[in-house]
Amino acid sequence: MKFSEEKLKKVSEIIACYPEGKQKSALLPVLHLAQEQFGWLSAETMDYVAALLSLEPVEVYEVATFYSMYNLKPVGKYLFEVCQTGPCMINGSDDIIAYIGERLGINPGETTADGLFTLKTVECLGACGYAPMMQLGKHYREHLTKDKVDAIIEECRNNAAANN
Amino acid sequence: MGRKLLLEHAGAEGIRYYDVYRKKGGYASVEKALKMTPEAIVEEVKKSGLRGRGGAGFPTGLKWSFIAKPEGVPRHLVCNADESEPGTFKDRYLMEFIPHLLIEGLIVSSFALGSNTTYIYIRGEYAWIPDILEQAIAEAKANGWLGKNILGSGFDCEIYVQRGAGAYICGEETALIESLEGKRGNPRIKPPFPAIKGVWDRPTVVNNVETLAAIVPVINLGGEEYAKIGVGRSTGTKLISACGNINKPGVYEIDMTISVEEFIFSDEYCGGIANSKKLKACIPGGSSVPILPANLLLKTAKGETRYMNYESLSDGGFATGSMMGSGGFVVLDEDQCVVKHTYTLARFYRHESCGQCSPCREGTGWMEKILKNIDTGKGKMSDIDLLWDIQRKIEGNTICPLGDAAAWPVAAAIRHFRDEFEWHVRNPEECLRRNYGLAHYADEREVVA
Repeated sequence: MKFSEEKLKKVSEIIACYPEGKQKSALLPVLHLAQEQFGWLSAETMDYVAALLSLEPVEVYEVATFYSMYNLKPVGKYLFEVCQTGPCMINGSDDIIAYIGERLGINPGETTADGLFTLKTVECLGACGYAPMMQLGKHYREHLTKDKVDAIIEECRNNAAANN
Repeated sequence: MGRKLLLEHAGAEGIRYYDVYRKKGGYASVEKALKMTPEAIVEEVKKSGLRGRGGAGFPTGLKWSFIAKPEGVPRHLVCNADESEPGTFKDRYLMEFIPHLLIEGLIVSSFALGSNTTYIYIRGEYAWIPDILEQAIAEAKANGWLGKNILGSGFDCEIYVQRGAGAYICGEETALIESLEGKRGNPRIKPPFPAIKGVWDRPTVVNNVETLAAIVPVINLGGEEYAKIGVGRSTGTKLISACGNINKPGVYEIDMTISVEEFIFSDEYCGGIANSKKLKACIPGGSSVPILPANLLLKTAKGETRYMNYESLSDGGFATGSMMGSGGFVVLDEDQCVVKHTYTLARFYRHESCGQCSPCREGTGWMEKILKNIDTGKGKMSDIDLLWDIQRKIEGNTICPLGDAAAWPVAAAIRHFRDEFEWHVRNPEECLRRNYGLAHYADEREVVA
């Protein structure tokens, strides 16, 4: 378990943003990097990050378990995080969540057998004017309809096939 | 057409980039500010009457004047870009489309506060925006607006962006500071206030994105001129993020003299209720503020026109009024169920409670369960009073305002829509099929198709 050279360089840059001796501040960004590289945060990954930042492992565990974006178990290659809070709900997010579940054959919180998709419901992501919406990787997919959901699933399957 | 101070150029081609932004007059406030003393800038901000745009509405100049200046201890400005209040997406718009405005405001504010290292703490889900901000920071630095000895003033400043990782609570300033230190977002007990002991125990000011962007027009116009825009203690302009069942959801810059009715129904703003339906209710300032039925939204309890400003929106207190809050404006049409909507908000607050204080940790969970029961036809009449009792015991009994924020929407929903809750209890099967209260609460105006 080790960061790539590129990621290690990034870690140094992040630490340099904070005063000397305050490298604990780099923890959230470094956990994001770890998740980018390893897909989720295993105990082993968290211990590695702890050593890298000269922290006690528990300092990493308590943070990793607090914030909702850190995956504490493996997730599919494509993580559909669909907002279900009030403004999305009144624009039909319940139907969208049900439709995605039906299309993928999974319930929220589950991953497809082929490991490609995970469906997760999340709370307000700040896209209320463009509801219903979901996060997919770094970006938002907004104004979701059943057709758009179909197209997104198709796009992911094509990407996965092209990368194999 | 209201005056635009923040978004005037937001639609201009290429405004995200330095050259275009500079051509439109960008960074003039830095040139002006660096010739002033920091104290004089704080005075201008005080004179402007600018109030915090994150939700609390605290006067910015006053907040700045509290910062401690112990000898030899660095001070920090932290920009709160952890926009997470349901209904609110204005800061995202500002950062995404006109990032240099925020950077410009940050440089002036950093100079005023003596912050040589300034941080932007942005919610983790806005994962593509740090790239935009870092690009703007790099451009500003390449053009001499950041770095060492800016414009020969002797002032050094660097700006760094840190992403959060999914926690509404980190919008609370002391939780944000904890998070910036690499910890769980547990709010701190105040005092000491961040102005005395903030990040790494150093004097710190935390301000919202929109507040810091508004420093640019405050300096360009001067505090007195800025204060002439708007009305009373609602000076300047405010960004409103409008969503829900309206024809034109989006981010609007308003001067705070327009009425709520104009904001909802005029084509310049929300463009009326979508699908030719009637207005039932509205949460005018983000999910935490009280929901109002149409009649109390458009007119105060005294029958006066309600305006889109701090004072008018809160006219009547929580009994018959609401709050400007964050400017997250959520509109519900006649088909929406207030019980279900309130349930989603209770679920949100349960999910986001940090768990430090028992009234909030336990109470938000109970409220969610009870509301879910009522919404799905499994509620009892006594549950409504129980909900009222729980919210009352959360409010005011927690370290940070998340407890209040969770209690208020439940209280207001019961206060104004109690019969809708009772109808759910009395009609356990019917409430799963249709919504109650269609025209009862709806605005009686003729619907123009």
